Amino acid sequence: MSAADPLPTTRRFRVYRYKRGDPGWRFDPFEVPVGPRTTVLDALRWIQLHRDRTLALRHSCFHASCGTCGMQVNGREALACVTLADPLGSTITVEPLANIPVLTDLVVDMGQVFARFPDEIGTVRMSEKPSRASPPDGIDTYERFEDCIECGLCLSACPVSATSDAYVGPAALAAAQRLLEEPRGVDPERILDWAGDPAGAWRCHVAFECTEACPSNVRPAERIMALRGALAAGRRTVATVTPG
Amino acid sequence: MSGQELPGTERRDDQGPVLRKGVGIPTSGWFDPRGRALGGFAFAVNRVTGLGLVAYLYLHLAVLSMLLRGGSAWSGFLRLATSWLFLSLDVLLIFGILYHGLNGIRVALVGSGIVADRQKALWWALGVIGTLALAFSAIHIYGSR
Repeated sequence: MSAADPLPTTRRFRVYRYKRGDPGWRFDPFEVPVGPRTTVLDALRWIQLHRDRTLALRHSCFHASCGTCGMQVNGREALACVTLADPLGSTITVEPLANIPVLTDLVVDMGQVFARFPDEIGTVRMSEKPSRASPPDGIDTYERFEDCIECGLCLSACPVSATSDAYVGPAALAAAQRLLEEPRGVDPERILDWAGDPAGAWRCHVAFECTEACPSNVRPAERIMALRGALAAGRRTVATVTPG
Repeated sequence: MSGQELPGTERRDDQGPVLRKGVGIPTSGWFDPRGRALGGFAFAVNRVTGLGLVAYLYLHLAVLSMLLRGGSAWSGFLRLATSWLFLSLDVLLIFGILYHGLNGIRVALVGSGIVADRQKALWWALGVIGTLALAFSAIHIYGSR
C-alpha cells in the first residue's frame, strides 16, 4: 500500500464453516481490514493469518489462471483472487461453490466435477492468436491451453445442476463441444453419443447462468446449444463458438 | 506410523453437505433471485408460470365441477367471476400463458442452436410482443364488466 492509498476500512466477513464430523455447517463472523485493492482472497488469507488458522480454502495462482479459488461471494460465483472486496458492501458472505459436495469450509470436492468430463478431454488447442507469426524451427504450429480453467463456477451457477446431480453440467458439455470443434483423433460419434444422453445436452434449460459466471469467457451455454444443434441435425460437426 | 491411522482417517470418505442456492424450505436450488442475469431470471419465471398453469388447470376443473351442483351454484360463481379481483386473476393467467408460451418459443429457438447467441435479444423482442398482447387482453377483460 502506498502513502497515497486511503486507510483500510473494516468489513464484516461471514464465512461458511464445516468440518467433517460436524453436525452441520455455520457462518463465522470476522472483522477484516479492507483497502481499495484488497481481494476476497487477500481477506480470507488475513483471517487465516490473524484470526483462525483452521479456516480451509484452496488457492494457487492469484491471477485467475488456475481456477482453484472459486467460491460464492454474496451469492454469486467468483474467483476470490480477482474479486475486490471494497465494492461488496459492509457485510460480505463467503460460501463454497453450490452443487458440489463440501469437503471442509470453502473447499469442495472437485474430483466430482472432473469425473463428469469426457475421458478424451484435451488440455491444449490450436492457437488462433499468432496467425501471421512463424513458429521457431522445430515447432510445427503454435498451441495454447484451453480457455476452460475447470473452476466449477458454471456448475455452481447452473439452476439445473441444483435440481439434478445426474446432469453432467456446463463445463463437461462445453469440453465435449470443444472436442468436436477440434477432434484431434477423437471419434465424434462417441462424443455425440455421450452428449446426447438424457443427462447431457438436452438436460440444459437454457438459463445461461453458466456463461454469466464463467471467468474465462468459455461461453458454456452457447457451446451446449451448438452441441444440441449438431445432435438435432444428426451432424458429426458442431458450430464453432468464439470465446467471448 | 506402522499400524497406526492418522487422525480423521475413518471419516475420509464421509460425504459433506452440498450447498443449494436459492430460497425456500428446503432450499429450492433453482429459484434464486439474488444477482441473476436475464437468462436465469427468464428460466425461473418460466418455471413459476409453469407451476401456476398446472395449478390453474386443477382449479379450472374444480370450478367446472360446480355445474354438477346445479344452476344456482354456477350463477353464484359468475357473480364472483365478474369482480375486479377475479378479472385481475384472469389478467395474471393471461400473463402466465403468454410468458410461458413466448419464452417456450425462445427456448426452442435458442435451445436447438438456431439462434444460440441471441437469447437476450429474443427475450426482449418476445417481451414486447407479450406486453402488447397482455395490454390488449387486459383492456378486453376489464371492458367486459
